[in-house]
Amino acid sequence: MQLIFEKSQPGRRAIRWDTLDVPEKKLPADLCRAEAAALPEMAEIDVVRHFTHLSQRNVGIDDTFYPLGSCTMKYNPKVAETVAALPGMARLHPHLSTSTAYNGNVQGAYELIYELERELAEIAGMQAASIQPIAGAHGELTGTLLMAAYHRDRGNTHKDTIIVPDSAHGTNPASANIAGFKVVEIASNAQGLTDLDGFKAALNENTAGIMMTCPNTHGLFEKDIAEIAKLCHEVDALLYYDGANLNAIMGECRPGDLGFDVMHYNLHKTFATPHGMGGPGCGPVGVGKRLLPYLPGPRVVKKDGGFALETPEKSIGRMAAFFGNYLIAVRAYAYLRHYGGEGLHDVSRKAVLNANYIFARLKDAFEPAFDGRFMHECVFTASKQAEGGVRAMDFAKALLDEGYHAPTVYFPLTVPECLMIEPTETESKETLDAFCDTMLKLAERAKTDPESFKEAPKTTSVSRLDEVKAAKDLNCACL
Amino acid sequence: MGSWIPATERDTAEMLAVIGVKSIDDLFASIPETLRPKSWNLPPGKSEMAVRNEIERLAEKNVPGQLCFLGGGYYDHYVPSAVDALSGRSEFYTAYTPYQPEISQGTLQSIYEYQSSICRLTQMEFANASLYDGGTAVFEAATMAVRCTGRKRIVLHESLNPRYVEMLRTHAAHLDLDFVSGDDPTDAACVMVQNPAFLGDVRDFTELGARCKAAGALLVVSFYPVSLGMVKTPGEMGADIAIAEGQSLGMYLGFGGPYLGIMATRKDYVRKMPGRIAGETTDKQGRRGFVLTLQAREQHIRRTKAMSNICSNQALCALRALIHMSLLGKEGFARLAAHCHSKAEYLKEKLTFAEILNQGPTFNEFAVRLPRPADEVVRALSDSGIIAGLPLESCGAGGPSDLLIAVTEKHSRAELDQFAAALENAACN
Repeated sequence: MQLIFEKSQPGRRAIRWDTLDVPEKKLPADLCRAEAAALPEMAEIDVVRHFTHLSQRNVGIDDTFYPLGSCTMKYNPKVAETVAALPGMARLHPHLSTSTAYNGNVQGAYELIYELERELAEIAGMQAASIQPIAGAHGELTGTLLMAAYHRDRGNTHKDTIIVPDSAHGTNPASANIAGFKVVEIASNAQGLTDLDGFKAALNENTAGIMMTCPNTHGLFEKDIAEIAKLCHEVDALLYYDGANLNAIMGECRPGDLGFDVMHYNLHKTFATPHGMGGPGCGPVGVGKRLLPYLPGPRVVKKDGGFALETPEKSIGRMAAFFGNYLIAVRAYAYLRHYGGEGLHDVSRKAVLNANYIFARLKDAFEPAFDGRFMHECVFTASKQAEGGVRAMDFAKALLDEGYHAPTVYFPLTVPECLMIEPTETESKETLDAFCDTMLKLAERAKTDPESFKEAPKTTSVSRLDEVKAAKDLNCACL
Repeated sequence: MGSWIPATERDTAEMLAVIGVKSIDDLFASIPETLRPKSWNLPPGKSEMAVRNEIERLAEKNVPGQLCFLGGGYYDHYVPSAVDALSGRSEFYTAYTPYQPEISQGTLQSIYEYQSSICRLTQMEFANASLYDGGTAVFEAATMAVRCTGRKRIVLHESLNPRYVEMLRTHAAHLDLDFVSGDDPTDAACVMVQNPAFLGDVRDFTELGARCKAAGALLVVSFYPVSLGMVKTPGEMGADIAIAEGQSLGMYLGFGGPYLGIMATRKDYVRKMPGRIAGETTDKQGRRGFVLTLQAREQHIRRTKAMSNICSNQALCALRALIHMSLLGKEGFARLAAHCHSKAEYLKEKLTFAEILNQGPTFNEFAVRLPRPADEVVRALSDSGIIAGLPLESCGAGGPSDLLIAVTEKHSRAELDQFAAALENAACN
């Protein structure tokens, strides 16, 4: 497909300007750019067609089943878009929060933030939450900075190490590193769980904390979590909860009750805000009592019958210029309000039901990566099929031809030829059955005609792309 | 139960039978009873209609104002209808990261075109697929400069948005960096400047760029995208890294986000740049296609040794910026800048009762000293639907009577006259 720049015609315009109703002024020439930016010159309809055609080369949740494990691709309710577009939300200038003179202009926004943070804290058994972090990884960084502030404040200068299981998202060690910690990785055991002996061997006086998720990235509940928490707290180490999998346990258990001290939430996973091709997300941080004094500031508090801002005395400072991705938080608020406590509980139960149903239907055709009871996602290894020439990535590409998005492949790194399937609660039994039928058909074809997989995908706008060439030639811009 | 969960009781029963358990509770048996929720104090759910009513009521409590002169890095620009219509296509906004490039060419080509547009706008050689926002871009640029030079000193120029500096210090609190104020590049990883400055001044940092080069330091320029319809570009000034808050390119003010972090650099440093990058390649049949490239820099591969912990990008916001820039086009982008600048100059000349604090030229924003405390003045004007600007004492960038005023293409001459009269009335009477 042509690039937008290749469609440009000199003199063509999409936007009509009103006559400038004040005298035209220019900056001194030495402060001006020499020539205008070479942006495309197009009519509005050509811009519209260009991006419509691009959209047709994309696949979203509204198109098809999107079982990307760990990414929680659930349906994004339309009402969330409507409320985020309300002029009272979308047009609100963030600096209205900078001067108290404008406090009366933003009471609705403050009320929403206050209530959302309270409910997020309750859902996870935390004392408080802050919506400042802009994305999940930014929430992780905020959380690890909070851990660092806690230890610095207590004079724990020797505590310089964070333990991270090998199944963790890559953002965990990367975030801990920016917060100034060394990272010690510990191996999972054969059951796919954090190995208690390995953990004990890694834990010592220098341990600042551990970053885990529960259920973990293998989709399994960490049965020793209470013991891990107790041992951590005995040496004044903190437990960080990666909220990537919170959608599996709402109403069944809470990270705070499991012993976690700090966490982030992925509003774009658990609370169904659109993934937007990779962003914007929203990654609020939650804290238990140990880290409460260090939360990012300022915070919305109740004051004199209304809402105002206050910065905690020992706050780490600002993680965001204002309140993070506020309009994403508005969308999540709509989601929470629609479901309520009972509904959120049902969300997790049906997510786990759907994942276990897929597992039950596929477990004879694909080898389960672990023996335990999967929760919201199930993990298989295509190692046996790979011996016959059909690798996990080949299944992924074949699924594209069948009209599906592929599952997550090759993550977690602990499982060879990994296929990680997360259906979410928003898919019907018919959708799950059709997907499973397709997977079983592909498993059969892998035995009889492995070569056919190498040509997949054949029905997409492009076939497999040369990634080596992209890095070698490095053409990242049309200039 | 909820309307977004399709499972019927019959579905559930059939699925449980296939799984081989009696109830959904059995699927959660691995969670010990002692670890069950100690409380679950959440309100009951309600219909979509009731949810919408509640949030509309909250929205009505907010007062964005009929006329808004607040800026400070975030500007009330007009967003053409086609930006919403196109970025609102669900093939874009309900898609995830382009892990499967064959069904993500819409995402990948739009990122490539966005990167190209940013390079054309800034006259830099490479741009990434976007960062979170302008503030976090300052942090990412500082750590990138450290990687490029092996030095630890970050020089912060007075032109920088004080909010960005606060964020930078929070993010870098446990990195061994040395922050100094001024513009001396000696032994520095970088000198970070902003153009136009937080208080609106437009400068030429070409000479500073040359001094940075001589000292082995990088020049980092934080720019205001709309200003580049007129103002000398980071590329022309010899910037090594150009960063920006991209809100003005089609993002709503939205009380702080989602916005867009822009970053571009020179060829020499592209492999040290954080974030995703889309690159052009070909498929098996030789057709043009796009993929994420240079991924060996990123956290999912390098983990602890990654250049940044950034996982995603603000792809939907980058798409909005691309659509906005494409609609404006070459001439429209320059017209937008001309309108903003000319209208701001018109207002500036009208405010004869106030002292203009800027010594040199400004683009669309300037600081004034009023005869009365700025807080009192903005409160009075707010009551009549005018958001008069940012009292500078509130962000540590001025005295109690100082006000930062921004003008955009949205303001008509009549509205500027109305504002000037109302401000004079509130400030002088």
